[in-house]
Amino acid sequence: MNLKISALDFIQEVKTGNISAEDFVAKTMEQIKNVDDKLHAFLSINEKAVDQAREIDKKIKSGVDVGACFGMPISIKDNICIKDSNTTCASKMLENFIAPYDATVITKLKNQDAVFVGKVNMDEFAMGLTTEFSAFGPSKNPWNLECVPGGSSGGSAVSVSAFECVASLGSDTGGSVRNPASFCSTVGYKPTYGLISRYGLISYANSIEQIGPLTRTVKDAAFMLNLVSGIDPNDNTTIDNKNTNYLSGIETGIEGKKIGIIKEMIGDGIDSSVLSATKDAISKLESLGAICEEISLEMIKFSVAAYYTITATEAGSNLARYDNLRYGYDFPLEGYEFNSYISKARRNFGPEVTRRMILGGFVPSAGHAGKYFLKALKVKSKLTKEINNAFKQFDLLISPTVPVLPFKIGEKIDDPISLFLIDINTVTANLTGKPAISIPYAISNGLPIGIQLMADSMNDQLLLRAAYALEQTVKLPEVSI
Amino acid sequence: MTMIGLEIHCQLTNLQSKLFCSCKANYREFQINENICPICMGLPGSLPRLNQEAVKKATMIAMALNCTTPEKIAFFRKNYFYPDLPKNFQITQLNIYGDTSVGGSGSIMIGDKKIRITRIQLEEDPGRLIYEGSSSKNQITLVDYNRAGTPLVEIVTEPDFETPKEVRAFLNVLSDLLANLGVADPSLEGAMRADANVSIEGEKKVEIKNIGSFHDLEKAVHFEITRQESLHSRDIEIAQETRHWDDKRKITVSSRSKEEDLDYRYFLEGDIPWVRIDTDIHNKLKLEMPESISSKKERYVSKYNIPAQVADVLSSDKFYSDLFEESHTELNAKEVANIITTDLMGLADTREKRESSKLTSKHLRELADAIQSGKISRNSSKNALHAILKTGNDLNTIISELDLGNVSDESELLEIVTSVISDEPKAVDEVKSNPQTINYLVGKVMQKTKGKADPILTLDLLKKQIGI
Repeated sequence: MNLKISALDFIQEVKTGNISAEDFVAKTMEQIKNVDDKLHAFLSINEKAVDQAREIDKKIKSGVDVGACFGMPISIKDNICIKDSNTTCASKMLENFIAPYDATVITKLKNQDAVFVGKVNMDEFAMGLTTEFSAFGPSKNPWNLECVPGGSSGGSAVSVSAFECVASLGSDTGGSVRNPASFCSTVGYKPTYGLISRYGLISYANSIEQIGPLTRTVKDAAFMLNLVSGIDPNDNTTIDNKNTNYLSGIETGIEGKKIGIIKEMIGDGIDSSVLSATKDAISKLESLGAICEEISLEMIKFSVAAYYTITATEAGSNLARYDNLRYGYDFPLEGYEFNSYISKARRNFGPEVTRRMILGGFVPSAGHAGKYFLKALKVKSKLTKEINNAFKQFDLLISPTVPVLPFKIGEKIDDPISLFLIDINTVTANLTGKPAISIPYAISNGLPIGIQLMADSMNDQLLLRAAYALEQTVKLPEVSI
Repeated sequence: MTMIGLEIHCQLTNLQSKLFCSCKANYREFQINENICPICMGLPGSLPRLNQEAVKKATMIAMALNCTTPEKIAFFRKNYFYPDLPKNFQITQLNIYGDTSVGGSGSIMIGDKKIRITRIQLEEDPGRLIYEGSSSKNQITLVDYNRAGTPLVEIVTEPDFETPKEVRAFLNVLSDLLANLGVADPSLEGAMRADANVSIEGEKKVEIKNIGSFHDLEKAVHFEITRQESLHSRDIEIAQETRHWDDKRKITVSSRSKEEDLDYRYFLEGDIPWVRIDTDIHNKLKLEMPESISSKKERYVSKYNIPAQVADVLSSDKFYSDLFEESHTELNAKEVANIITTDLMGLADTREKRESSKLTSKHLRELADAIQSGKISRNSSKNALHAILKTGNDLNTIISELDLGNVSDESELLEIVTSVISDEPKAVDEVKSNPQTINYLVGKVMQKTKGKADPILTLDLLKKQIGI
């Protein structure tokens, strides 16, 4: 049985009876068993996955209404709650936390007969872009086991790229879906802020993060968006998308569309192979009838600083609840006075989270907020204005997803600033709420390069259309795993 | 000059659910930690879901206190660690960065004095700490989260009060106003709490917290003024600090915690987008708002000729003014008001008694009618009312069961009048020379009939028999 098929092909195969959901899921579980010792994409496995697939097969045979997933095996980033399963955020703080409820996206996927094969690795509380900050050890890049898979949704990207599932859900706060997608040669898509409910996604920086799919194809990403998007009474920030079908019109091309090349994202610090891949993608888009022009966005140079200031502030607040009083890990609380208890109980956070907690306590504090946090908010609003203006002129914006190729595990872990700067191309979409997608575009020295497209808010359909058009121009090798 | 300002916290107890989830706003009927869910427990991944009704009720309070009401409101996070706070931040409101809370500056008259309102904000109540153990060594703290997330309105006043008495008067008016709006039942335990700021003679401001009841608030303010005056008279500087009210010793105690130094790192709550409250909504709310206490009072006086004092008492109390509205007719309004304010308020003076009372508006209407038609005396009506509250029986049944009907049969009454006249020859002589003293004989007849004699008929018969 071929595991290397897209979500839409899987559904077609099951629908036509060529394969059964049970066989495919069983084979997928076997693949996880075979390769995950090397890759460490998974933090926990759903032991009932095959049984659940069998039940779905029964539904298919009996002709009862079957959900759109037909038993499709999906992996879920470990910061999204699945009822009665461990949800650790790859943190010692939540080592024993069992979610008592389903995230909205999980409820929706369950209703569509998806099968969750397991929870996947990430940087602790989604803070990082290499998955090295997981408290349970890093994931490895299937293209080169010595390299990082990107992050923070590293486990999602690895599991899709190494055929341990058909699709995955990650979360993207500053590029956490697109960055690992680029590093592992999968599609990674962050929709417009508010399109997908965040209810049940454990918050890191709630005002800018979104759940997003990691898939083999652009069409799969559109399909996943169809399943999980829409207004949710449990998340006041969700937008009514009127049940838009993101697959419809996806093949209609981009003739005559104006695409802006973001000058600040192809300048200093960019790897030469990444630059040439980007130039190649631009010429491909032009050959498809698009009009590409350079545009300079001045606020981009402040975006990373603003991003880390805002996310640290929100993280400082969002992670305050982990005091180990109501859930968490084993900790005898008797005999402590409250303040000493709190500081002791919170020592289980890892180094990167601790760093950002300290930052988050400082930048919005009285006497410093004006210099840091409020300034960051100003950058955010100016950047949004600048991007909005750009979208008056252009339909889409293009850049490489990450300015560099996947690097070695351990290479940059002690250099937080140089790690932070790798986010330069991805944070803008989060700070401005815009949709952005990374698609696999090239392989250089055996390492993947992704291209990022960005569109205006609620223009997700156009974004997917353009990504699909560009995707059709490339044929990439499969990972040898 | 003494300056006192208040921060009053009022739970919106009449709402169905908490501020950000569907748990009950009325947490009092639950076993410990049973009125909770992933949202109010702040479990990982949960998000606040704003209760739109709470926004409306809070806006109504702002309008009733003549506050400015903005077109859109925002929520903020107030960050601090405390075991009663599940998320370790409180979702509240703030007036910074151009964002505003449900109510801006307003004012209310207390008698002739204008008390200015600084602002009104909507926020969530934390859980409740329960301390167990007798000494500090074996003390343990338990947390009940049933209350966590209950909608709370904070009303902040300017330091416009000069005496504890004014504070008390304001709180009485405010609690009547909130009850009349139908947003809260201030009589519920813990439904209304207040902190006070006290300063004297231009000295530094002292904040008093942890005051459990309005009665204690008055005492705490009184104590604090005395304490500060005593320091001031001895030229000792008054420290700017937070003090706690010691409920047992009835004194304020300096709180060792450095609450003043806490930095709450306020910032916008991104999980709740701005809420628009446009003119349409404001107009609609204005229509939905119940008649104000002062307007009720005016109507009672002008329409029914009810004495101002009675109208004042009646209109201030939502429970009784509602009962009045349901019971009265054009003809018996004054009598109904009378029964409520002179008898009923005394008989059902606690919340338990009100709740267990079996009195209906029909009872009250019939009782007033019976008094007006002379079927029952004012005197006996009290006994009847007592029986109604207890049994809920029909008025006629009660009258006949307890034999409360007026003796208005002329021949029956004549017999009693005759016997009184023969028993009291002296008094009869006195009446002949001074007719005013006839009331003594009327009293004797009442005594014999246990107050049931028709007073007008009695007077008539006495006069006839004595021959004046």
